[in-house]
Amino acid sequence: MSLLSQIIQFLFTGLTIGSIYAMVGLGFNIIYNATGIINFAQGEFVMLGGMVMVWLTTAFNLPLPAGFLLSVLIVTCIGAAFERLAIFPLKKPPVLILIIITLAGSIIFKGAAMLLWGKQTYSLPHFSGEEPLHLLGATILPQALWIIGILMAVVALLAFFFNFTIPGKAMRACSVNPVAASLVGINVKRIVLLSFAMSAGIGAAAGIAFTPIVLMEFDRGALLGLKGFCAAVLGGLGNGTGAVIAGLLIGVLESFGAGFISSEYKDAIALGVLLIVLLVRPSGLMGSREAARLKEF
Amino acid sequence: MLILKNINTFYGDIHVLKNVSLHIGQGEIVALIGANGAGKSTLLNTISGIVAPRSGRISCGGSDITGMSADRIVREGISQVPEGRQIFGPLSVLDNLRLGAYCRRGSGAAQRIDDDIALMYEMFPRLHERREQLAGTLSGGEQQMVAIARALMSAPRLLLLDEPSMGLAPMVVSEIFRAIARLRDQHATTVFLVEQNAKMALKYADRGYVIETGKIMFEGSSQYLLENHEVQRAYLGRQKKPIWE
Ligand SMILES: Nc1ncnc2c1ncn2[C@@H]1O[C@H](COP(=O)(O)OP(=O)(O)O)[C@@H](O)[C@H]1O
Ligand SMILES: [Mg+2]
Repeated sequence: MSLLSQIIQFLFTGLTIGSIYAMVGLGFNIIYNATGIINFAQGEFVMLGGMVMVWLTTAFNLPLPAGFLLSVLIVTCIGAAFERLAIFPLKKPPVLILIIITLAGSIIFKGAAMLLWGKQTYSLPHFSGEEPLHLLGATILPQALWIIGILMAVVALLAFFFNFTIPGKAMRACSVNPVAASLVGINVKRIVLLSFAMSAGIGAAAGIAFTPIVLMEFDRGALLGLKGFCAAVLGGLGNGTGAVIAGLLIGVLESFGAGFISSEYKDAIALGVLLIVLLVRPSGLMGSREAARLKEF
Repeated sequence: MLILKNINTFYGDIHVLKNVSLHIGQGEIVALIGANGAGKSTLLNTISGIVAPRSGRISCGGSDITGMSADRIVREGISQVPEGRQIFGPLSVLDNLRLGAYCRRGSGAAQRIDDDIALMYEMFPRLHERREQLAGTLSGGEQQMVAIARALMSAPRLLLLDEPSMGLAPMVVSEIFRAIARLRDQHATTVFLVEQNAKMALKYADRGYVIETGKIMFEGSSQYLLENHEVQRAYLGRQKKPIWE
């Protein structure tokens, strides 16, 4: 394999996994912007997406598109239910307490997944076959293109939602100033519910698309969540564009690191990059004032 | 229109509003005057449902609104222009106005909202010029106009204004007060106006209340308050130096 084809190979692998990190990072940001909470259950939504999809397609023989939509819908409802049961009932809770609740939530999701589906690893068929495409000597799985495409679709939908719809603008208003938002008649608690539902849905879509390549098991959520968190922080907490760029960057760096150095260091690379960037730019790549809100807790 | 009966509001153990009772009639401009820290904003936030009173009753147009959430109270027709404007800076002027109409749904609402936006531009032509600009990039006076227009976009029966003159140059202040008077005259909007700038507020208001450390000390027509010796000494005598932003 020539160096060029190697580079292309690693680049595509990196963009694929980076797309997953980016989607998890976007999920972190949506909830963070609406509530100031770092939702540590974010990675579990990815795991649940994959697992629910496996369950639906094997137990009920659902075709792929129906299974995809239904799985996203189910996990979206799980995210909404999580907010209603664990976050909503609290009156003016400190953000730190909320973060700990999401940590507890992640443990519960993981435990429930283990009880329901056991500890074995599951796979899903690729969306459109496993016949690789060839590009200058590199082999690219169609599933990789699906994953990158799903990220692009999510980004486009979010951009439309936040810039051209009233609920989207209301959500931005809540993140700018929740008190002022409630003074124009926005039900802030409902926006919080929506943010959890959306983040769960995006996580699920990522999980479903990712499972055919990497397989899925009950305890995959934590590491994916951590990488997504790195993407969110590296991009500047709360900044959607930042999360996408940072997620892709982490994915690509990991892939090149694994390819040219050693795959043992793969996970250390994301954290290493994060630490270095945060030392130089504490607010992240694209973050500014938003990151200052972290000082709230 | 609005009646408060024996309202007591606390922040934790701090007793801020002490047995506050007041009423505001349909179509009136009523001023609330008091020094910094007297509890004026707390009173407005109690009416708006941002803070809940520990005891007392608030009713609006005959229905009891005590303890309702802030967004419900907007639906009841009470809209607040908060202290310090609190506009949505990263959103455009037009988006701020559209969000002001957030709770107006249903058939024909879209058309009426567009009509009201046109009305806001007529009242504040500068907002029309700057409609696509991010609200946070506007001058203080323009931001205050955004805040007032945003609050009016919910088509309120009662408008609560918290220190609209704060940090603004005298010319801009007059412009804003004239707009408030026009609202009452042309649109029969009831206005509850909180001000430290007592002279200005009483010039435009029909009646006023004076609040000191959470208690209503005086009430009466603007004329009466302007002539009351104690009010004169405390709030009108030597005007505090205006504080610029
Ligand atoms: N969120 C809060 N928590 C605790 N105390 C507050 C809070 N807001 C205001 N206060 C206190 O309540 C009193 C009244 O404040 P406020 O209503 O803002 O006065 P004003 O608007 O008349 O200047 C002040 O002593 C202030 O320190
Ligand atoms: Mg005040």
